[in-house]
Parts: sequence; C-alpha cells; structure tokens
Amino acid sequence: MSPHFLPYLVAAWLLLCGLYGAATSKNLVHLIICVAVLQTSTYVLLLAVGYVSGGVAPVFIDAPPGTRAVDPVVQALMLTDVVVEATVIALLLSLAVQAHKRTGSLDPDQLRPLRG
Amino acid sequence: MIGWLQTGVLLLVAVAGAGVVRTRDPLQQSIAVSFYGLTLALLFFLHQAPDVALSQIVVGAVALPLMILLALAKVHRQDEERRGREEAER
Amino acid sequence: MRRILLFTGLALLAALLVWGMRGLPAFGSYPGPYGDVINQVAVAERHATDTVSAVNFDYRAFDTLGEEFILFTSVAGAALLLRREKSEEKEDENDGEDRDRGRAPPPTSDAVRVFGVALVGLTVGYGLYMISHGAVSPGGGFQGGVILATAPLSVYLAAEARTFERIAPKTLTEIGESVGAAGYVLLGLAGLVAGVTFLGNVLPLGRPGEVNGAGNIQALNLIVGLEVATAFVVLLTAFIEETLRRRLRREDR
Repeated sequence: MSPHFLPYLVAAWLLLCGLYGAATSKNLVHLIICVAVLQTSTYVLLLAVGYVSGGVAPVFIDAPPGTRAVDPVVQALMLTDVVVEATVIALLLSLAVQAHKRTGSLDPDQLRPLRG
Repeated sequence: MIGWLQTGVLLLVAVAGAGVVRTRDPLQQSIAVSFYGLTLALLFFLHQAPDVALSQIVVGAVALPLMILLALAKVHRQDEERRGREEAER
Repeated sequence: MRRILLFTGLALLAALLVWGMRGLPAFGSYPGPYGDVINQVAVAERHATDTVSAVNFDYRAFDTLGEEFILFTSVAGAALLLRREKSEEKEDENDGEDRDRGRAPPPTSDAVRVFGVALVGLTVGYGLYMISHGAVSPGGGFQGGVILATAPLSVYLAAEARTFERIAPKTLTEIGESVGAAGYVLLGLAGLVAGVTFLGNVLPLGRPGEVNGAGNIQALNLIVGLEVATAFVVLLTAFIEETLRRRLRREDR
C-alpha cells in the first residue's frame, strides 16, 4: 500500500476498532471510551482530506499570505468538534453513573429490561 | 524526512487506538486514552494543524481522563454506599 | 453466535469503507477550491492572520453557534442527571457522619499545595493569552477556555474545599455559562441591527497581526472562551458535588 492511501486506512481501522470495542464491551465506561475512539477516527479522516503536500500551517503571522497552506476549513470543523465531543462524552458518562445508581451494575447486558 | 515521521506517527496512532479498545479495565483505559490523545495531537501537529493539536492536547490529555476518573470515583462511592446499606439491613 | 454476526458486519463495513475511500483523491493532493480561496483572501478581508479562527468565527460562524449550543446542552444534561435528589438529601444528613469518622482522606501534602499554587497563576495567564490571541496565532476561545477551566480544578486539588467554593460558586458559573451562550447570539443579532448579515462584522477592523485587529472575531473568541471555561467548571462541579459537600461539612466542624 502506498503511503498516499495510509491515513484513510488508519481512519477506517480506528472506526472498526471502536465499533468492535463498543459491541463486545462488558462495562459501560469501557463502551463510552470506545465511542470516543470512534469519534477520533473522523478527525483522522478529515485531516487527511485537507492535507496539501508541502503546505504550511494556515497561519500567516510569519509566512506571507500567498504561501501554499493546508486547508483551514476542515481544521475549523475538527477544532470545535474536539472540545464539544468531550462534553458529549461527559453526558454519556453521567448517564452511565445514573444507570449504575438505579441498577447497581455497569454491565450493559444487565440493563436491558425496562421497568415502567 | 517529515514523510517518514508522518507515516510512523500514523502507525503509532493505529496501535494506540487498538490498545485503548483492548484494555478492558476502565481505570487503566483512562491512562491509555490519555496516551492516545497525545499521539493524536502529535499527528495533528505533524500534519500542519496547530490549532487542532492544541485542542486535542488540552481535551484528550486533561479533560477526558479527568471526567472518566470522576465518573469511576462516583461509581465506586455508589458501590460502597450500596454495600453499606445492605449490611445495615442485615 | 453474536460474535460471528459482529465479525461479518465489521468485514462488510470494512469492504464498504475501503471501496468508498478509493474514490477519494490521493493523500496530499488537494483539489478543492475553498481552502485555497480562503487562504488567499482571509488576511486581506478580515485582518486575521489565523485563518482557522477566521473560518470558525466569520466564514462559518453559524456552525460554531450550533457547536456552542451542543456544548451548552450536554453540560446542562450532565448537570441535570447528576443532581441530588430529595431522598438522597435526607440520607446524607443522617449517616454521613458515621462513615466519615472511619474513612477520612489523608491531608493534602505540602508539595501538592505549592505546585497547585504555582500552577493556578500559570494556567490562568496562559488561558487568557490563548483566548485573546485567537485571531493572531493558533489558539482561540475553545482551546483557551479549556485551559482556563483547569485553574479551579488545581485549586480544588491543592487547597481547601471552601476556597474552591468561593472562587467558583455554582450560581456564578451557571450565570457565566448562560451569558456566554446568549452573548454569541446577541452579537449575531447586533450584526442584523447594524445592517449586515447575522454574525456579520460590526466592530472596527485594525491591522492584521494585532490582537484587536480582527473586529468581530475577537469579541466572539472572548465570549466562546467564557462559555467553554464555565461549562467545564459546571461539569466538574456536577461530578464532584457529593465529595465537595462532604469536604465542606468536615471542614466546618
């Protein structure tokens, strides 16, 4: 495989790892962290899409505006995403804590019956 | 030169991600996810994305393991309270 | 049985992903026009040298509004889920004392205290620097806000619980978070009032490369920094609320 295809492969690998971990998890907190790994696979994909060979960072404080730089739009998407997904993980963790308070276990298989 | 670095860190990210998933205990996993966040930040930095690398360092190495540890501490305390309540009933 | 199904599903997904990614351009060759266009125009148009911040807070400011509200909502949801309920309140008063007698945590060591004090000043300074220089160099409201939020955490770890409660009281942080979320929308509406588009530039532009040269981007950076910092402090307080209350009660005795 040429290195021109490797970042996309790594993104796909991370996605599959996260899915495998989430599907075979026996602990809610472990499951939530695997969901976080899933999110990071999209960052690798976005980064790879926007990269320009030989480009510099899109910050023109010391490079004159006009030098070939990487794409700033995908970086802007990734930047807000990283911080916001951390709070979404916090929300999921508080859901897990509440589930443990009600049922006493963190096993996702034990949480299936819903009592009305 | 930088091409080799980029390829190397990409492979490191793939291995670290698999390591995070394979660690089953959540407490050990928080350390693994902190390391994974750092390798990701290194990847972003090498790919000319300093803004995103800053975000990832701060969130992935500080905020995310912190929240995981706090959630685990709360779960641990709830376990102890439940055990104490059951012993009091007996 | 479940494993076989899982692996079949994962293999199919892997094949689909690889087939889809073969259609992407090779890594490094960037065909699309938008990145190059923004790189050429952003400095002259917006007087901001950090084009990522310019994209975040001017060209695609509406998306950042959505992201900020995702942050606000999930923090509100987490704080709601972790609230104390009425039944727990009564239980806490009765048997908290018995348990506390047997399991008091060890006092904070001096090394931790010194380190915490040194760290607080550094993190506050660095966080404010990062927030205010968002339009000039890599940084901005999101990154600086999270850095700023670790300062009350250092205080909680290194000092008494009473100090933490005094510098980050619950009402103040919640008000700060709401002000941050609403301030973004109000600044956008100010654009409408002034005659440009929603979230269009209303503040005067200066020289590119200076801190207050980017107009609206600067103000939005500050607002988002306030929002993110207070959101993380509210989240932290929600998670440690029980322990905080126990520590406060023990210190009052």
